[in-house]
Amino acid sequence: MAQAQTTQAGTEAQGGAHAADATFPPFATETFAGQIIWLAITFALLYTLLSRLVLPRLSGIIENRRMLIAKDLDEAAAMKTRAEEAGTAYEKALAEAKGRAQALAQETRAKLAAESDAKRKALEADLNKRLAESEAAIAAKKTEAMSHVRGIAAETATAIVERLTGKVPAPQVVDAALDQAKA
Amino acid sequence: MASPIEQFQVKPIIPVINFTNSSLFMIGAAAVIVGGLLYATRRKALVPGRAQSVAEILHDFVANTLTDTTGREGMKFFPFVFSLFMFVLTANLLGMIPGFFTVTSQIVVTFALALLVIGTVIIYGFVAHGLHFLHLFTPSGVPGWLLPFITVIEIISFLSRPISLSLRLFANMLAGHIALKVFGGFVVSLGTAGIGVALLTPLPLLMAVGLTALEFLVAALQAYVFTVLTCIYLNDALHPGH
Repeated sequence: MAQAQTTQAGTEAQGGAHAADATFPPFATETFAGQIIWLAITFALLYTLLSRLVLPRLSGIIENRRMLIAKDLDEAAAMKTRAEEAGTAYEKALAEAKGRAQALAQETRAKLAAESDAKRKALEADLNKRLAESEAAIAAKKTEAMSHVRGIAAETATAIVERLTGKVPAPQVVDAALDQAKA
Repeated sequence: MASPIEQFQVKPIIPVINFTNSSLFMIGAAAVIVGGLLYATRRKALVPGRAQSVAEILHDFVANTLTDTTGREGMKFFPFVFSLFMFVLTANLLGMIPGFFTVTSQIVVTFALALLVIGTVIIYGFVAHGLHFLHLFTPSGVPGWLLPFITVIEIISFLSRPISLSLRLFANMLAGHIALKVFGGFVVSLGTAGIGVALLTPLPLLMAVGLTALEFLVAALQAYVFTVLTCIYLNDALHPGH
């Protein structure tokens, strides 16, 4: 009890002294040295712990995440490039195949056309040949027939003259008469 | 009733080594920072949980603040700036817990931190650029007759930096905590003053609630301001040629 009273009195006395000195606690110079020393110790400790232990860990986490995201993005970009390349290759292959198919079709068409052309030509040639043969045969027959006409005419003329005159005309006379008639 | 400035009293805990409540809360802030960040990153998860997200947001926030001001080469100061930001922020926020000591409401602490920043700027500036660092005080494109005045102004502005840097943080924390204590005191004195006056008690209480929210904002904002200004000063050390 007595002790408590003393303490209280002491505090009051101190407060009174402060009021008298008008020493504002933050300006109490006798505390400065101790505060500076402890601030130096604390801040040095804090700086050391943060820069050696905490910040490398924290930066490591953030940097690690950033790198992982960058890597994933790079991979995605590479995959996209690959997909695009595959698409281009597919389109190229398709265009090539189309071109080949067209060329093949063209070739086949040309071959078939040439074949049918050749067949037609052979047929035409054959027909022409036969036509020419037939024409030649007809002409020969005609010539042959025409060569018989003079004989028939001479015979006929001889027979007519014989019937009319009762005499067989001389063949030279008949020939002459035929030549005359022909002319 | 305790005086509103009693909360800033530095009280010895272990007098032999000058260990006070101030020292305790400095160590406490450092322990909260290191312990909290180690706990948050214990899983090193690729997809972060809540705690790890907070740690990563703090990391990226400070890193962006630094690189926005100083460029990529400023990252060599990242551990320093991060330590400063976390220390000031944690000390400010710990001070918001009732009964806790606010380390950043001590001018000697904020001034020591400001001197650390300016000391880093001066030492790095001279080490990296030699005497070229002094071009900081002679901006290019200034007419010759104006140069002496400008140089004097630049030197004064440079020397006032640690003062403004430390005073801003100190004054903000000090004033906020005093205001909170004053309005908290009003609640008690009005409540015990008598039936009629006690009806007015909710008014300072509401004010105290509002101020508490504001003080949380100020605690975070002042830590940010301290960090941004540190980055701007470091930029001078990295690129002294304006």
